Amino acid sequence: MELLSLSAVQLGRAIREGRTTAVEAMEAVLGRIEEKEEWLNCYITLDKEGARRRAQETQKRIEAGELRGPLAGVPMAVKDNLCTRGMRTTCGSRMLETFVPAYSADAVMGLERAGAVLVGKTNMDEFAMGSTTENSFYGPTRNPWNTDHVPGGSSGGSAAAVAARECFFALGSDTGGSVRQPAAHCGVVGMKPTYGTVSRYGLVAYASSMDQIGPLCGNVEDCGAVLEAIAGIVPESDSTYVHRKDSFQGALKRDVRGLRIGLPKDYFGEGLDEEVRNALLKAARLLEAEGAEVDEFDLGLSDYALPAYYTIAAAEASSNLERFDGIKYGYRAGNAEDDLHRMYKRTRSEGFGKEVKRRIMLGGFVLSSGYYDAYYQKALKAKALIKGAFDKAFFGYDCILGPVAPCTAPKLGESLPDPLKMYLGDVYTVAANLAGLPAISLPCGMSRAGLPIGMQLVADCFQERKLLQIAYTYEQCRG
Amino acid sequence: MQNGISDEMIEYVGILTKLELSEEEKEQAREDMGRLLSYIDKLGELDTEGVEPMCHVLPIQNVLREDVITNEDQSRELLGNAPCRRDNMFVAPRAF
Amino acid sequence: MAEKYETVIGLEVHVELATKTKIFCGCSTAFGDSPNSHTCPICLGMPGTLPMLNGRVLEYAVAAGIAMNCDISRFCRFDRKNYFYPDNPQNYQISQLYLPICRDGWVEIEFNEDPAQGVEKLSPSMKNPSLRTKKVGIHEIHMEEDAGKLVHDDGGDYTLIDYNRAGVPLIEIVSEPDMRTAQEVIAYLEKLRRILQYLGVSDCKLQEGSMRVDVNLSLRKEGTKELGIRTEMKNLGSFHAISRAIESERQRQQALLESGREVVQETRRWDEGKETSYAMRSKENARDYRYFPDPDLAPICISHGFWEKIRAAQPEFCWEKRKRYKAEYDIPEYDIDIITDSRQMAELFEATVALGSQPKKVSNWLMGETLRLLRERNLDPSDIRFTPENLAKLIALTESRTINSTVAKEVFEIMFTENADPEMYVKEQRLAMVADEETLRRTAEKVIRENPKSVQDYIRGKDRALGYLVGQTMIACGGKADPVGASRLLKELLQQEVNEA
Ligand SMILES: [Mg+2]
Ligand SMILES: [Zn+2]
Repeated sequence: MELLSLSAVQLGRAIREGRTTAVEAMEAVLGRIEEKEEWLNCYITLDKEGARRRAQETQKRIEAGELRGPLAGVPMAVKDNLCTRGMRTTCGSRMLETFVPAYSADAVMGLERAGAVLVGKTNMDEFAMGSTTENSFYGPTRNPWNTDHVPGGSSGGSAAAVAARECFFALGSDTGGSVRQPAAHCGVVGMKPTYGTVSRYGLVAYASSMDQIGPLCGNVEDCGAVLEAIAGIVPESDSTYVHRKDSFQGALKRDVRGLRIGLPKDYFGEGLDEEVRNALLKAARLLEAEGAEVDEFDLGLSDYALPAYYTIAAAEASSNLERFDGIKYGYRAGNAEDDLHRMYKRTRSEGFGKEVKRRIMLGGFVLSSGYYDAYYQKALKAKALIKGAFDKAFFGYDCILGPVAPCTAPKLGESLPDPLKMYLGDVYTVAANLAGLPAISLPCGMSRAGLPIGMQLVADCFQERKLLQIAYTYEQCRG
Repeated sequence: MQNGISDEMIEYVGILTKLELSEEEKEQAREDMGRLLSYIDKLGELDTEGVEPMCHVLPIQNVLREDVITNEDQSRELLGNAPCRRDNMFVAPRAF
Repeated sequence: MAEKYETVIGLEVHVELATKTKIFCGCSTAFGDSPNSHTCPICLGMPGTLPMLNGRVLEYAVAAGIAMNCDISRFCRFDRKNYFYPDNPQNYQISQLYLPICRDGWVEIEFNEDPAQGVEKLSPSMKNPSLRTKKVGIHEIHMEEDAGKLVHDDGGDYTLIDYNRAGVPLIEIVSEPDMRTAQEVIAYLEKLRRILQYLGVSDCKLQEGSMRVDVNLSLRKEGTKELGIRTEMKNLGSFHAISRAIESERQRQQALLESGREVVQETRRWDEGKETSYAMRSKENARDYRYFPDPDLAPICISHGFWEKIRAAQPEFCWEKRKRYKAEYDIPEYDIDIITDSRQMAELFEATVALGSQPKKVSNWLMGETLRLLRERNLDPSDIRFTPENLAKLIALTESRTINSTVAKEVFEIMFTENADPEMYVKEQRLAMVADEETLRRTAEKVIRENPKSVQDYIRGKDRALGYLVGQTMIACGGKADPVGASRLLKELLQQEVNEA
């Protein structure tokens, strides 16, 4: 049995049925890591010995009948902005190079309870700020399909690890597309649940009003299983969590008859790569052939999502990242022990990378006295209007189909010189974060250059089941 | 409206956010911020008259905990990450 | 041509709420434990942690708002106040700016009009003809978290930080600039203290920092309406410091204005030792807090039902009790003022009276021994441990002349200290008075036999000799004799001696 070709759910079944073990699965993954990691750099922290030990313990518990879930014994990777008790959590930053949390993220604990086995912590853009995984203090991650290209970001390490089979599935976080976009660039399935579906406790905050943890998986079925494991837990402490009793795995059936799928004209216009457009339209026709009603419509306001997003995200980030000051944990600059404020400044200037500093300054500015109304407040009003536009759209459609990114994965180094251009790459994903909507990114073809193309489906709040059903149907009929 | 970010503004934001920039970085920051802000200025086109600013996207309210002690003394572990500590306390340089 | 200036004062009062746990986590709020023993990842602002509001904080804030005649916001929210300082682990304080929980209230204060009276004599109990009342507006009350404690080491190079107080719930009560004198300020603070203590929302101890006062003060030319530029005075640890600081700042601003200079809007720190203040200015601390709604905390909606529940639970406040006591109980007004000063004392009084004790007797024990012991042991009425049942028993024991007043004081002290049952204690320690006539008579006869000189003195008409003999009889009975009975008996026996002589 070629273990690495199995999906997470298939592997879990094989382990439960005694055809393989959690230990064998872990060895297969560690072997693949040995082979690929040097080129890809998916992980910031690997704990091979710990992973072997955890796999053995899990296998015993499976054999004892304590663990029966679909993910028991399956090796997983976790983005390095999710806290893991006893394992360092860096957020891709020098600032947290030595930080070892005394607590685990609720989502991580949910998966551990389900029997998934942690391999290590994946690479990311520093504090999840970036779209390429090049803004990492620990070096860039490369795209497994072509190592000259980036894997996307900020959850690029997680997406690349899943694509390269350096794990069977991974967790990422999505504030403006950071799960969906790298999933698209690496040819895997990535989902951002409705805001509030997964407890954020233990996720190091970037922009609190939009951050959401999501799975990166080989297929839609795995995605449903992971979502179920991370959504159902009672949070340690999270005031924005919404408890639901949905079974996400139960939504996996091939049926889109009568469902209305809308293609926003605004998303298919200028700026969208021709190959991407064609792949999306082909996918839409497949769904139509399965019985869905597909048509184009005007979503409206889509030009305003990105400026509103960057304003709000920068503002929240500037405040969320104030706690990194060299006193309680993490990096502290030397040679500044004579004055508190000098220590603050040195620590933060040396501990944070360029992109993080850029967003902190922007955020500080838009909140500062005299500019709050014109920028921050204005962005919150734009957000209200955008939410309204989606409410209207979902009155007419069950789901919106569109691109994830304007083009396939760019080459390494191509995006860095121009931050604004990089931001523009998030144009199709940020609206779902502003409006709190669930969205899924799944592969819908390859470019001539051999890079994956992603499709995005967005549904109304709490409609994950519908989203999974449509994605699953597409995956099945795509063949 | 805000294409011209002044040196003073960069200096001021640096004080607010506790970032110390080299001359070169300041120049870069001025340029970046100017461009980003003129892009954000696009929001000015929107008519938001009478629109209530939306902070929380979901209508969640009154999420409360009970007034019950749940924590024991875990200070030793929690202080374990501190770059500098003394007598079970965190240590910071003095402010002048 | 000296202008007359009017002093305009508004206060920001921070009050620590008497919850068991912190505002956003399950850590204890207990005072005085070892550094950082009451901390967790949440109140240390560790990466990835999130706050969750303590429901009791909401109840207390609404209770305070209702007692201070405020409008309670149907919808409110928390905001972040961003500033870098090591006392706050996140470098932002979770507070309320845009939508505070209570607004537009007032309290009525009673104060002495004569400034020469001095602060200490401002108790409303002083029946002073110039006692006046006035309403002070409450601009708003908001909820927020307290900060940690900074300890400066001896060398002075470092600051040590204890986050036990970080995240302790506070309400900040912001008054309108309605006060004019230190007397009014103290009266206002006394009023707040009584309200909050009666509500059980806070113990309001200025010395322990559970009540902290910042004074906003400005001057304006008498007769003008427009407010002058104000300063904010911090670090005021006592009523004395507050009134000294007000006077000092008034003089400082007046000197500036009279010499044609301007007051600078700034925060000043009072130096209690030097009796002076200095400006806290720093380029590094711009007063630009970049407030914005905290995305981590769900907004709060206060329903009519919730409001009604809190309103119905409001206690009878001291000024209401005073009125009722005057009508119901025959005790002096002075007693009433002191007993109603604290809710614990008043409730103890009422409960003991309800058990059948005579009000004046109860009042005597509270005003006398109780206050004496509280003062002696540096305690508060809230620290009283004995029950009304036991106080009633003690009073009954004295009423029935089972014990005399000296013994009663001894029993009270035991009762005060360990809430001992006076009946049991008297029995166990055999403290009941020597009541049987026969024993007392034999003792008295013995005393008369042994003190012929005093008997002679008495016979010669020296009444003082009787006192001495009574004393000797008491001693002979081990202090347990009824002095009245002993005196009566001695007189009887001595009369026989007189007759015989
Ligand atoms: Mg305050
Ligand atoms: Zn805590």
